Amino acid sequence: MSSDTLTVAGHTFNSRLIIGTGKYKDYAENAAALEASGADMVTVAVRRVNISKPDEPMLMDFIDPKKFTYLPNTAGCFTGEDAVRTLRLAKEAGGWNLVKLEVLSDPKHLYPDMEETLRAAELLIKDGFDVMVYCSDDPVFARKLEDMGCAAIMPLGAPIGSGLGIQNPVNIRLIVEQTKVPVIVDAGVGTASDATVAMELGCDGVLMNTAIAEAKDPIRMARAMKHAVIAGREAYLAGRMPRKKYADPSSPLAGLI
Amino acid sequence: MNLVINGEDHLDLPEPLTVMGLIAHLGLPEKKIAIERNREIVSKSTFDKTKLAEGDILEIIHFIGGG
Repeated sequence: MSSDTLTVAGHTFNSRLIIGTGKYKDYAENAAALEASGADMVTVAVRRVNISKPDEPMLMDFIDPKKFTYLPNTAGCFTGEDAVRTLRLAKEAGGWNLVKLEVLSDPKHLYPDMEETLRAAELLIKDGFDVMVYCSDDPVFARKLEDMGCAAIMPLGAPIGSGLGIQNPVNIRLIVEQTKVPVIVDAGVGTASDATVAMELGCDGVLMNTAIAEAKDPIRMARAMKHAVIAGREAYLAGRMPRKKYADPSSPLAGLI
Repeated sequence: MNLVINGEDHLDLPEPLTVMGLIAHLGLPEKKIAIERNREIVSKSTFDKTKLAEGDILEIIHFIGGG
């Protein structure tokens, strides 16, 4: 089991769980949840420094970028050009080539703008980035992103922050079956069983933020998610029993007294 | 010297001023930030050599929590 690692664009990770760093009470809680989750990759956002408060706590003071892989995102970017600009800055700030592309649309559902996502992915790949791409759960778009050279396909399970769980397991499974690069469910997980379902569908990993950050006890939920991802992965690799229409006794019927 | 930093006017900054000088003036942690000057990234290795000019537009960013 310890050798069951996740490899994205040549980088190998011990955990198949990736967690976000938004919405926590503070960075200390965030760091504790990260420790409990066992994740070794975290998504981070790129924003202006508040120069009137240079002493404000910074994410890097709590989560060591040498120990954990920072995956800079493009949240807040609505065009390919904005995404390239943001991620070039992120690289300079201590990020690296591996990035998370998300080009959002309507704030009501935060669905990805797939037309612009495709354009942005192309620009980023040309610029030398390894792009892990947040996308709709549409196998046609997923195929286009993979063909273009994206490093990981990250379909949503449900709208960002909704905690509704995997709404379209059929599509997620279709994407898993057709994709050669890692498929990581990004967004929609609400509780541990949702993460397990994603992994049982054959996904290579799960990315989540709100499910941990907005749990009543985020650190405990982070630990639950660690186990959920391992359980789902193990069950997928073990291969589940076939579904049957009728009962099949576990104790032999022969030799009854 | 007057600069625009993160969308706001900063007037009467001391001159001459390099990027490194500005970072020190603002009290920012050099290793945790990245800087764009007039839409061009200023590499960390050139912070001390890059001289700022009147009206330069700067973006100073860092990583914060995000999903």
